[in-house]
Amino acid sequence: MLYAILCYNDEAITSAWTKEEDDAVMAKLQVVHDKARKNGQLGPAIRLLPTTSATTLRKAQDLVIDGPYAETKEQLLGFYIVDVQSLDEALQIARDLGKANPGGAYELRPISIYQPGKELQLT
Amino acid sequence: MTDPAWIDAALTSARPQAVSALLRYFRDLDLAEEAFQDACLRALKSWPEKGPPRDPAAWLIMVGRNSGIDSVRKRARQQALPPEEAISDLDDVEAPLAERLDGSDYRDDILRLLFICCHPDLPAVQQVAVALRIVSGLSVKQIARAFLVSEAAMEQRITRAKAKIGQANVPFEAPGFDERAERLATVAAVIYLIFNEGYSSTAAEADARAPFAEEAIRLARLLLRLFPTEPEIMGLAALMLLQHSRAAARFDENGEIVLLEDQDRGLWNRSMITEGLALIDKALRHRAPGPYQIQAAIAAMHARAATAADTDWNAIDRLYEALQRMTPSPVVTLNRSVAISKTEGPEAALAMIEPLADQLAGYFYFHGARGSYLLQLGRKGEARIAFDRAIALANSAPEAAHIRQHLDRLQAEGVYSA
Repeated sequence: MLYAILCYNDEAITSAWTKEEDDAVMAKLQVVHDKARKNGQLGPAIRLLPTTSATTLRKAQDLVIDGPYAETKEQLLGFYIVDVQSLDEALQIARDLGKANPGGAYELRPISIYQPGKELQLT
Repeated sequence: MTDPAWIDAALTSARPQAVSALLRYFRDLDLAEEAFQDACLRALKSWPEKGPPRDPAAWLIMVGRNSGIDSVRKRARQQALPPEEAISDLDDVEAPLAERLDGSDYRDDILRLLFICCHPDLPAVQQVAVALRIVSGLSVKQIARAFLVSEAAMEQRITRAKAKIGQANVPFEAPGFDERAERLATVAAVIYLIFNEGYSSTAAEADARAPFAEEAIRLARLLLRLFPTEPEIMGLAALMLLQHSRAAARFDENGEIVLLEDQDRGLWNRSMITEGLALIDKALRHRAPGPYQIQAAIAAMHARAATAADTDWNAIDRLYEALQRMTPSPVVTLNRSVAISKTEGPEAALAMIEPLADQLAGYFYFHGARGSYLLQLGRKGEARIAFDRAIALANSAPEAAHIRQHLDRLQAEGVYSA
């Protein structure tokens, strides 16, 4: 089985970490990553940049909004990772996706750390 | 979950919001700071035992307000301290208070707190020191070390600055639209000032001042959370992130300056670059360009070039042209001449800066750039004179050392000073 583990925390606090505190957290996480990797369990691990760098596309109105998706009435159903040159390119893909599957919204958030992990297959 | 590092980060992140809300209650900076300090002490005692509150900022404001009221009463000698129990159990009040702290309220609080640090009568260095002390909570010792003065001297400067701020009478009502925009622009300027104080010209200083640059970026992110649709704030954050991404490549192992085109781009911080590029992309979508956005866009051109040779100097030149129109200054023209030297050659660059000779006579970079254009044109004697002038105006040993390299090379070729 493949599981996604989604990470939530108070961004105001995590962004107040000093570089040393941040490094210490990352080092502790790395130990866990290594263990899961050894067990052949670890796929991609990703750290997103802060929500201040986010842009949201509301599909119905084709409306681009600065900031993260803040509504609570919809649920997170999936995500894509795209390799693009600019926000506009990413927005174009999101718009195309939105035409294929209207309703709801997409939040576009740049990725700060990407560790590919092992190649995965759904069983 | 209440480990010391978490508490430390929670207190740091809550500080601007809590101090600025307490300032609104008490309308007195010293009292607000004292109340916040007291609330922090109580947090250090209470949180490890009782667990962290849901909303640390709301908790600190609540406790700080009670403590501030106590100390006002104590000073008035009207009444003894209320019993500790009266403020020790805050779980019930926390939720409604947090609701009252809606976005627009504390947004103006924080903006006001930052704004009062930008008192026009204060010299730039003091604006920076006061903002770092009050808003960011850096210790006087840390600030003194960065400015190379004694702790006592810095303490005195901050005290004097705060007295001036106290007389400024910044109104406490919510500002109107225009006034808010004006405050935002002033605050952006002081944040960039903090950043530039951190962007030191020597490797030795870079260590002591690195927290300034990081603090400035943190404050810009804070402003962005409060004003998420302001393109110039996005531009400011992007500009600082893109410049700071190069920090590790700016000096070599001997502490010598490494010019942008010679830097090892592998040392650039990719995460900061990604964040900066994302922010400038967001800002440009607003089609409301401003000086921070344009400077960030210039920094982005460098960040996007895989090697120095890949740099799109034509695009950079057009951006400088736009910046020149928006904020004309001899320094902008000087910077533009670097792009011109790449696109049209050193002769055109030299022609562009010659008219600035009087205005920039005392400016290190002017003589450095002029010397390098003259050198490229083979006018070695004149280059030598320009470099001699630059070295006399250098602000730091690495700057002087950098020019010294040119002079040594000229000397090796037999070109001596007059």
